[in-house]
Amino acid sequence: MNTRELLVILGMTAVTFGVRYSFFVLGDRVAFPDWMRRALHYVPVAVLTAIVAPMVLLPDGTHWQLNWRNAWLAGALTSGLMAWRRLHLLAAIGGGMAIYFVWRVLAT
Amino acid sequence: MPELAAPPDPRHSRSSEFWSGVLDTLPMMLGAAPFGLIFGTLAAPSGLSNGGTLAMSLIVFAGSSQFIALSLLAGKASLLVIVLTTFIVNLRHALYSASLLPFVADLSQGWRALLAFWLTDETFAVVQLRYGADDTSPNKHWFQLGSSLAMYTNWFAWTLMGMLLGRTMPQLQHLGLEFAMAATFTGIVVPLLRSRPMVAAALVAAGVALLCRDLPYKLGLMLAACAGVGAGMALEGRPGPKEAP
Repeated sequence: MNTRELLVILGMTAVTFGVRYSFFVLGDRVAFPDWMRRALHYVPVAVLTAIVAPMVLLPDGTHWQLNWRNAWLAGALTSGLMAWRRLHLLAAIGGGMAIYFVWRVLAT
Repeated sequence: MPELAAPPDPRHSRSSEFWSGVLDTLPMMLGAAPFGLIFGTLAAPSGLSNGGTLAMSLIVFAGSSQFIALSLLAGKASLLVIVLTTFIVNLRHALYSASLLPFVADLSQGWRALLAFWLTDETFAVVQLRYGADDTSPNKHWFQLGSSLAMYTNWFAWTLMGMLLGRTMPQLQHLGLEFAMAATFTGIVVPLLRSRPMVAAALVAAGVALLCRDLPYKLGLMLAACAGVGAGMALEGRPGPKEAP
C-alpha cells in the first residue's frame, strides 16, 4: 500500500464515519434542512451517470465511439433496458456483461 | 398485573436480539455478496493493492463509494476528488443517522460510535423496522449490533474471496471486467429515471461530465454531480407537491 492509497482510504474513512456519526453525536441540536433532503434525492443518479457516460461513450478515454461497434455502449444499453423493465439488478448486470463480451468478440 | 412487575421477555434478551438481527439481515447479506466479490476482483485491475483492497472494506465499509473510488483510482483522480465524491455519495447516511437518533439517544457515545461506523443502507433498512416495532424491548440496539456485524463480516469475506479470485486468475483482468462497473451503475440509475427531474439530473450530469472530462483530477465529476443535482431540484419547482419518485 503506497502513501497515496493510504491517504485515499483514510480520507474516505474519515468522511464516511463523519457522516454516519454526525447526528448520533450532535443529537437534536441540528436539523436536516429540507433543501438538503431534496438534493440528496438526486445524488445517486447525478454521480453515477456522470461516471458512466464518459466510460461508455469514450471507452478509451479520448475518442468518441458513437457507433454500433462500441461494446461498452451495447452492454450498457442492455443493462439499462433490463433494469428499466424492472428485472433484478444482478440480472441486468449479467445481461449487459454477456452482450458486452459477445460484442467484443464479434464487433471488433 | 402492573407492567413494572412483568418478567423480562426472553425474546428481548441481548443474545436473542443479537441473533435475530443477524437472521433478519441474511437476505441483505445475500444481496451484497456478489458486489463484495466484484469489488474484490476489480480492485487489482483498478490499481489498488491487496492491503488497500482489504483495508477499504474493513475501515471505509461503504459499498457504493468503494466502487466509485475504484473507478476514480483507475482514472487517476486526485485525492480530494475521491474523498469529496465519497462524502457526497455517503451523505444519505446522515439521513439514516438522523432518523435512528431517537432510538440510540440513551446509549453511550461508544455504542453510538460503533453503530454509526457500521451504519449501511442494508442495516438501516432492517433495524428501522425493529426499532419501530411496538414492543418495549430494552435491547433493540443489540439487534442493530447483530445486523451490523453480519453485514460487516459478510462484506469483508466476499471482498477477500473476490480478491483471491482475481489474483489467482489474473487472466480475469483482461476479460474486460471493468465493464461490470458500468453495468452496475447503469442498472442502479435507470430504474430511478421515472420522473422528469430525475431524467434532467441524469442528462445534465452526463452532459457536464462529457464536456468537462479533460479537467484535471476528475474535477469534472464534481461539477457534473452538482449540476445534475441542481437541474433536478430546479425542475422540481418550488417545494410543495412533488412528482412521484
